[in-house]
Amino acid sequence: MSVSTSQPDALTPLERQYILLTQNGLPIIAKPYHWIADKLGISVEEALALTQDFQQRGIIRRIAAVPNHYKLGYKFNGMTVWDIDDIQASKFGDAVGKLPFVSHCYLRPRHLPSWNYNLFAMVHGKEPEEIQHYRSQIKELLKEVLVTRESDDTSQSIPSQSNDMLTSTQILKKTGLRLKRKTTSVS
Amino acid sequence: MDKSSTTQVAELSTLDKGLINLLQHGLPVCERPFIQIAEELDSTEDEIIEHLNRLLESKVLSRFGPMFDAACLGGAFTLAALTVPEEDFEKVTEQVNSFEQIAHNYRRDHTYNMWFVIATESQEEIDLVIEKIEKQTKLTVLNTPKLEEFYVGLYLPA
Repeated sequence: MSVSTSQPDALTPLERQYILLTQNGLPIIAKPYHWIADKLGISVEEALALTQDFQQRGIIRRIAAVPNHYKLGYKFNGMTVWDIDDIQASKFGDAVGKLPFVSHCYLRPRHLPSWNYNLFAMVHGKEPEEIQHYRSQIKELLKEVLVTRESDDTSQSIPSQSNDMLTSTQILKKTGLRLKRKTTSVS
Repeated sequence: MDKSSTTQVAELSTLDKGLINLLQHGLPVCERPFIQIAEELDSTEDEIIEHLNRLLESKVLSRFGPMFDAACLGGAFTLAALTVPEEDFEKVTEQVNSFEQIAHNYRRDHTYNMWFVIATESQEEIDLVIEKIEKQTKLTVLNTPKLEEFYVGLYLPA
């Protein structure tokens, strides 16, 4: 659990080169760090140390494989949103984030009266019932901290409820997030 | 692109499933990382590498490598939403997607029916993009930047 505070300009030129080289992925070969070392003109030991250092600083979360949701049959996703007590939000957000079926979990600002939810947790499943079940499990975990709001604003168009689940019905755009080459000193 | 190739559920061997499950959690950082994986799955380094390359080619895996924290790579991000009238949905989708700073955009079943991630170089640029979207679409953007992050990572058992 952390608020991201890292500054991109804290990266050395070599670190930026490492990111540019690997952000689209690593080749699946017996010695991937030899490949990195060759490309960056450093030793294998340096390539390994750089990777470990990135992991320690939280810049690299892990070296891993990302499956395609659909190919594994995970066709349903729900953005569950929760209106929880601000004082306990960090503690309970952390607990929700630890649930195995939650992929992203964030605290975000409310915009009352139209948007009263401050905790967001994404869930994924193979069947619609599965994500409903996950929502119920999160609800159980959060039951003591869910906020009940009296709808005192009669002009309010959206009824106040303590939680909701927004399922995606269509991907309208999807691109990757990338470190931009133009801001680097790499020639 | 053949849409079915990315949306059809794949037939997977026991080894493939084991690999997908294990490698989502992460690979050890060492010279020959696949040796350790092979031992855990009762396989060989060569076999693991061959299967992994095949899973990547058939797009069962969309990516292999370091998972970077996007915020550490610099720039600013936010999640934003719009309530788009049904009759204008197509037009507004085009307007919003036309900004190169829109990384993802999803239609969701809610009064706020369009949710998108804005990724920019700076906070000022986020504000500018929101201002432009509001001007073009004549709709009010719900801006929900993250205040605190608890977990980003997904484990999808195969």
